[in-house]
Amino acid sequence: MNLTLKIWRQANADAEGKMVNYSISDVSPDMSFLEMMDMHNEQLIAKGEDPVAFDHDCREGICGMCSMFINGEAHGPDRLVTTCQLHMRKFKDGDTITIEPFRANAFPVVKDLAVDRSAFDRIQQAGGFVSVNTSGNTQDANAIPIDKHDADKAFDAATCIGCGACVASCKNASAMLFVSAKVSQYSLLPQGKVEATDRVLNMVKQMDEEGFGNCTNTGACEVECPKGISLENIARMNNEYLSATLKA
Amino acid sequence: MIKTSIARKVAMALSGLFLILFLGQHFTINITSVFSDKLFNMLSHFMGNNPLVQFILQPILIFGVIFHFVMGFVLELKNRKSRSVKYVTFKGKANASWVSRNMILSGIVVLSFLGLHFYDFWVPEMNYKYVEFLPQDPNRYYSELVHKFHSPVRVSIYSLSFIFLSLHLYHGFSSSFQSVGLNNKYTKGIKLLTVAFSLMIPIGFIFIAIFHHLNG
Repeated sequence: MNLTLKIWRQANADAEGKMVNYSISDVSPDMSFLEMMDMHNEQLIAKGEDPVAFDHDCREGICGMCSMFINGEAHGPDRLVTTCQLHMRKFKDGDTITIEPFRANAFPVVKDLAVDRSAFDRIQQAGGFVSVNTSGNTQDANAIPIDKHDADKAFDAATCIGCGACVASCKNASAMLFVSAKVSQYSLLPQGKVEATDRVLNMVKQMDEEGFGNCTNTGACEVECPKGISLENIARMNNEYLSATLKA
Repeated sequence: MIKTSIARKVAMALSGLFLILFLGQHFTINITSVFSDKLFNMLSHFMGNNPLVQFILQPILIFGVIFHFVMGFVLELKNRKSRSVKYVTFKGKANASWVSRNMILSGIVVLSFLGLHFYDFWVPEMNYKYVEFLPQDPNRYYSELVHKFHSPVRVSIYSLSFIFLSLHLYHGFSSSFQSVGLNNKYTKGIKLLTVAFSLMIPIGFIFIAIFHHLNG
């Protein structure tokens, strides 16, 4: 396959960025998108040019590092996959592919396609955990009876890999799907219920401070989420937030 | 409390649901004008002269309308600010409906319509009762309504506005329930109700306007 790549190039966080056109040939349909990017970078290096910076790590869809906005969609045109799981067979010979970083003020560009998503870490640190006394007398979690439906919902929420596709896809750059998944995964379980009030209040406060937009229920986040995190989590968080506000 | 993003979202939803209730009540009264001018006059006279409606419900309604659109603009501005550098290619239609992405547009059209509607009915009504202190006439409402719909331009503007109201309701109705934390086994039913309400009420209002234009 011969392709034209339109890639956002930006030397650093403070530099002006712009779209740059590249031609790439002999791309195999069996390549993953990131392998195609690797090949492109090898060609750039061979020519003495600066390779394109992009985030990646596990390359099997579980770490949440890859973060490209491909042809107008987070992680590209496929559903329920991360960029590393996207394959070149999804494109046709002669296609032009636009590749941009995830855009949100809370996700500033570090270089080219790599963005700083530490805002998510700070939200997580604000309450996305269960305080455990690890003195050696920790109760076996399996000894606590948990309703199967709640366990399933908590597990579904916990599959969020924090890639930021929800923020990137939302027209308002809202982080509600991510935060609600993290709130839900704990609040649905007995171990997490104890700190549920503080958790939701603190995480929402941090989310607002990071400068994400407001959710307007367009549902774009749910569609583009590589893990299929449901909007039901956002409703649950809204509900919890209202209850917590009344309790606090 | 109203400072956080979720509090604002809930406030937006609750004011929207309140306006939806009002819309249902407004439609119920207006549709009677098609069947009986006497019933319409009686209901309008009651709504226009009952102290509870006039001095408690009406100010609450006006506050609800103002709150809903002011908060809508505040949220829109905040949302626009959260992504200063826009995408070169953004395929919004791939993952969200046009109506859900353009609530501000449909809202602005509905707000402009409200301006015209207030000019047509509310301002003359206030003038009649509280400026000129004209004598009560329980039979004037039907003829005033019919008179307004003589103009084909006004009927067209009203009809177009109701199409945008329909679009606004199509997303806003069910979205309000999601915002207040309701997404469960009843959601399917709420979505069906949303489709029914967002089609029937605006079509009904258009029907009333065209009916009086043709029969007035």
